[in-house]
Amino acid sequence: MSTLEVSPVEPLSGQSSHSVINDFSIQVATVNGSGSQTANSVLMRAIFQMGIPVSGKNMFPSNIAGLPTWFTIRASKHGYIGRRKEVDFLVAMNPETAREDVMKLDSGAAVVYDAPLKLSELRSDLHFYPVPFDKLVAPVCPDAKLRKLVRNMIYDGIVSWLLAIEMEEIQRALVKQFGKRKAKAAELNWGAAKAGFEYAAKTFTKTDPFRVERMNETAGKIIIDGNSACALGAMFAGVTVVTWYPITPSSSLVESLIGYMKRFRHDPETGKATYAIVQAEDELASIGMALGAGWAGARSMTSTAGPGISLMSEFIGLGYYAEIPTVVYDVERVGPSTGLPTRTAQSDILFTAFLSHGDTKHPLFFPCSPEECFSMSIDAFQFAEKFQTPVFVMTDLDLGMNNWMADPFEYPETPIQRGKVLDAEDLEKLGGFARYKDVDGDGVGYRTLPGTNHPAASYFTRGSGHNDKAQYTEREDDYINNMDRLAHKFEVMRQHVPAPVVRIAEKARIGFVAVGTSDYAVRESCDQLKNEYDIDASYLRLKAFPFTEQLTGFIRRHDRVYVVDQNRDAQLLGLMRLEFDPELIARLRSVRYYGGLPLDARTITDEIVRQEGK
Amino acid sequence: MSTTAPPPPKKVNRIGLEVLNYKGSKTTLCAGCGHNSISERIVECFYELGVEPYTVAKFSGIGCSSKSPAYFLGLSHGFNGVHGRMPAIATGALLANRTLKGIGVTGDGDTASIGIGQFMHLVRRNLPMIYIIEDNGVYGLTKGQFSATADLGSTLKTGVHNDLPPFDCCALALKWGATFVARSFSGDKKQLQAIIKTAISHQGLSVIDVVSPCVTFNDHEGSTKSYSYMKEHEFMLQELDYVPSYEDISVEIPEGGVMDVPMHDGSHLRIRKLDRDFDPTDRFAALKMLEEAEKKHEVLTGVLYVNTNKPTFLELLNLEEAPIATLPQSKVRPSKSVLDEVMEELR
Repeated sequence: MSTLEVSPVEPLSGQSSHSVINDFSIQVATVNGSGSQTANSVLMRAIFQMGIPVSGKNMFPSNIAGLPTWFTIRASKHGYIGRRKEVDFLVAMNPETAREDVMKLDSGAAVVYDAPLKLSELRSDLHFYPVPFDKLVAPVCPDAKLRKLVRNMIYDGIVSWLLAIEMEEIQRALVKQFGKRKAKAAELNWGAAKAGFEYAAKTFTKTDPFRVERMNETAGKIIIDGNSACALGAMFAGVTVVTWYPITPSSSLVESLIGYMKRFRHDPETGKATYAIVQAEDELASIGMALGAGWAGARSMTSTAGPGISLMSEFIGLGYYAEIPTVVYDVERVGPSTGLPTRTAQSDILFTAFLSHGDTKHPLFFPCSPEECFSMSIDAFQFAEKFQTPVFVMTDLDLGMNNWMADPFEYPETPIQRGKVLDAEDLEKLGGFARYKDVDGDGVGYRTLPGTNHPAASYFTRGSGHNDKAQYTEREDDYINNMDRLAHKFEVMRQHVPAPVVRIAEKARIGFVAVGTSDYAVRESCDQLKNEYDIDASYLRLKAFPFTEQLTGFIRRHDRVYVVDQNRDAQLLGLMRLEFDPELIARLRSVRYYGGLPLDARTITDEIVRQEGK
Repeated sequence: MSTTAPPPPKKVNRIGLEVLNYKGSKTTLCAGCGHNSISERIVECFYELGVEPYTVAKFSGIGCSSKSPAYFLGLSHGFNGVHGRMPAIATGALLANRTLKGIGVTGDGDTASIGIGQFMHLVRRNLPMIYIIEDNGVYGLTKGQFSATADLGSTLKTGVHNDLPPFDCCALALKWGATFVARSFSGDKKQLQAIIKTAISHQGLSVIDVVSPCVTFNDHEGSTKSYSYMKEHEFMLQELDYVPSYEDISVEIPEGGVMDVPMHDGSHLRIRKLDRDFDPTDRFAALKMLEEAEKKHEVLTGVLYVNTNKPTFLELLNLEEAPIATLPQSKVRPSKSVLDEVMEELR
């Protein structure tokens, strides 16, 4: 028996007197491996096709089949697509979590559930809609083996009737989902959705207030996950060597890239590949290969998550010290150790910024949306070659694996620039070169690629001490000069990293600083603070480390600056502490969330109100 | 104007380069170190075959052995990476530029201990490169600890006994599917030359384990990787001759007991059997013979296995002929219409 208490609340009576239109969240609770992903994607897409801003978040276990999964769809007429804490509309399909899921709901929420679960006995302050799923699925799916998968499609029909989602859009979404080649599967699922819709129409009287209404806010937009967006960015950046080792939540980045490269990166005449993608034996090898390729002149990349970043630390030190370009995607998940592999976090920031032993520091890029996953991937490859160093693109599970509504990506206008590479002709003119000599004052030396047909081309790359001619040295002055040049190069990067997005509220005494997916919650929280507490807040979203001048100005402008971290130890704040003097540090405050779910606005708002003493 | 006679013409190879063009910087290894002999052989082989130095890329890990790429082929790019992970660097570089001739130099610690995993996967992929293990049974740079190729019962200079059996890198490479496997001795100039030259011609991974005594830490009585031990225990399987493609092979007709292995570039490896009957295209026979030799405390040297039919990793990837690293933008950035097409699919 459940140990949950049933609280005495006013029972609901009759039909809802008001309507909540395009501003609620649906949660579907299922077990993983039951094919619910199709039903959920179709539901999300149908709302999207009705022009309503929508987001979908999958909370899934690190498991293949049989464990609880929740999918949350948020429809927001205001365009808020971050996670919403409160669930307004629950579809309870999982017997194991159903009772707890129901008990967590706020009063007035609606529940569609599998009739045998008898959930309506639990509370009297919710709107219950029992559905005999097994009875409904049998006639629409004669093949008993497929029923488990098709069963979930029935709730799409039920929910569509209850929320006024147009069935034509469900059908369109199904066709989109299955494509032309799987028309039969689409047909089968459509039958199930219709059966659900018809059952609801003839059985239920709608008592809850939630429903959708057509808008025009999604025209022209696309739906894509961040990992696929990064993959597209890498392809259009002209990546040629991709090495990887499977790890959640980054695997789908390279898997998606494989799909795109197979379609678009073979010579149309010869069929030959203009790229190599290699699944390495581990992350040690994948980063080693990426660096070997970068050294030989390729635009190379690897993609991983926290545990892989840990393994790559030795090689990254080599990449830093020997100055080899490559791009490393870190799709962050919850650590430490194995942690929660299928939950989201931004907890690799500090470790990655200084990855490897000795004095090392690395540029980090923080995209917050699919659009930025695409554009900043292109920036990252350009940056890596410009500064001859590994660049980290830091995303997270929320961005990487969830589907997002986005604007179509813009074709890159800037041509591919390969940085300071000397060819045989250059060498002929110059007569020679010194690999690590700071000729231009930006700390970046000129390099040559193996295979350059000139007697002055060769040099010896090493992770041991070297002078500006790349010769082995243990001399004190050589070492210091080299390390100082590397530090100078990092300072120069400051002027070239993607600039932050700054939103100043004129009267604001407080400001936010955040990176990546915290953006959605922070922007919504700014509105909540203004609307509910009359607090003005400015906001600076960092797109990169090293930090730019704008950050200093932003901190100076405000009395208190709340640094939002999706980790326990306030890592972004910690990184800022290392850069600033005490007067600025004294203005910094911390807002942290580290429960593994996408950050929501209410969590931030509540914390600001508490700290501001309102 | 001076009327003195011009200096005698410098000796050059078939592409007009002097042997000097194949040398590297001065070695910093101990005098008498086997590794220096191996570097000399590499210089000779690349010089004699007239390989363009700029087409070669050198790779190594960490250790005494891994320093040596600085001591040969100074006109080639070199990369001294991290301990045990040279294969990854080499793999990436050769993916980026398939026209490079890769040569890796590693040690028994670098390969058989910290790098055994990467070595294994390199073999599995049959990456076309030369992989020379300078095998002395000890860690030299950290002053003489046992490595995983040290024989059971051998001792350190300090008298410490090795209680664990060795890895035989040749046997392991055979098991994992290597396409060219040879063992040699740094002191055997002729044999090592023939092996390295064949490896230069081989299209696939060439694993060459060279017993290379460490004169400072492992050349004593009790060592099984010393000059004197090799003198007593080396068993040469064959007499080897490498016949380059540009030499006319037809003038010498092989007699009985001689086997010619044609390589992809038109050269030949000519193998003259000695005491033992052995077919180096028979992998199982090679493995069996290595097992038996170990029991008899023999160090077999020569070509253990050669297979010129297996596709290389680069062939499997169906890569462009030109180095993918430097393909023009038109080849690596799809057009705007491709992006439009993808965006349309996602709408």
